Amino acid sequence: MNAIEIRNLTKAYPLFTVDDVSLDVRQGYITGLIGPNGVGKSTLIKMMLGIVRPDSGSVKILGCEMPKQEIAIKQRIGIVSDDCFYYEHLTIHDTKKLVAPFYDKWNDSKFKGYLDQFELSPKKKIGDLSKGMKIKLALAVALSHEAELLIMDEPTSGLDPVFRREMLDLLADMMQNERNSIIFSTHITTDLDRIADYITFINRGKIVFNEAKEDVLERYALIKGDMELLDSDIRKEFIGIRETAVGFEGLVDNRHKAAQLFGNHAVLETPSLEDIMYFTAKGGRVHA
Amino acid sequence: MIINIILSNASSDPIYIQIMNQIRQSILNGDLKAGDSLPSIRQLAKDLQVSVITTKRAYEELEKEQLIDTVVGKGCFVSGANKDFIREQRMKRLEEKMMEIIRESKELSLSQQDVIEHLTLLFEEEQTP
Repeated sequence: MNAIEIRNLTKAYPLFTVDDVSLDVRQGYITGLIGPNGVGKSTLIKMMLGIVRPDSGSVKILGCEMPKQEIAIKQRIGIVSDDCFYYEHLTIHDTKKLVAPFYDKWNDSKFKGYLDQFELSPKKKIGDLSKGMKIKLALAVALSHEAELLIMDEPTSGLDPVFRREMLDLLADMMQNERNSIIFSTHITTDLDRIADYITFINRGKIVFNEAKEDVLERYALIKGDMELLDSDIRKEFIGIRETAVGFEGLVDNRHKAAQLFGNHAVLETPSLEDIMYFTAKGGRVHA
Repeated sequence: MIINIILSNASSDPIYIQIMNQIRQSILNGDLKAGDSLPSIRQLAKDLQVSVITTKRAYEELEKEQLIDTVVGKGCFVSGANKDFIREQRMKRLEEKMMEIIRESKELSLSQQDVIEHLTLLFEEEQTP
């Protein structure tokens, strides 16, 4: 069962295109959508939510068609983004009075609890909130109407490390129910990656992979060694490579093959998601 | 129920292996007894701040080793397989490793005496803190 099913989604802009993207976001798990800035992460999320209209393709959320069943879908999802959808001149309290009636399952005491926990004063005006506080407010709203699916666009941007950790607990709490799902996008790899089950890597408007994080980290390898090891054939094995006067560092997506190829002559390491992102984005540019 | 799991970022072992090893250790040394319940996959993921797939995989591997049982709708429990069985399993694994050492030693043309002496040395080193 999938929480989100995207099929052949395309949106062309003058300078870049989200190109024929198909993606399944699994129910019961946390999916991290990673990629450099400006490769289509936010556009993809906005198309899921009906904020940007795709040129072609379809989106299904929790088994319902977007945008045909948009109202029913939005009852059941929570959206966290630093793009604030609320009126700047209203207080948090007034915003709640405005928003709560839209949700059938609004839980007022839960919302109050989150405001307390996040140290948000109901009297504060939306316009006076910092970026981090806006994220907290969006999270409080999202968690207060029993959303089954949380869609978060760059949720950690503007959050201090203390709250980022707290957020991990809140998200893990939500995931205690195996019918719930979370998808978040990020361009920096943070502690959030630690709790992500699946990683979807998007680069230049295309999906590079959508796999269990453990499989990704097992498949890729970071190789470091002396320049003498490199020739034109060996270079072809790399997705991206950084060569300097003191050696090279490169990424391959077949650890097994690389281990045979380099044996004990080079250092093989498990890359971080950031390494994978860096070399894929950079490597792509070199071969373009 | 006593269960301590400490994950190290410095370890070269993947996280699921670290979880597996530590639960296995707790079962083998008797901290966890047959019938003891283990935290649910999702609760453990929350406590350790790791992904659900990671803890799920650790449990699946332990299940394959017949160290734990999963009862649908009730959770995970330390398997009723008795301690002798567990020790036997462990001895078997140790023997396999010893066989490997013997084979490797022969390739390096070390005598039985050489290997024993080397092992004695390592034993002593291991004991000094």
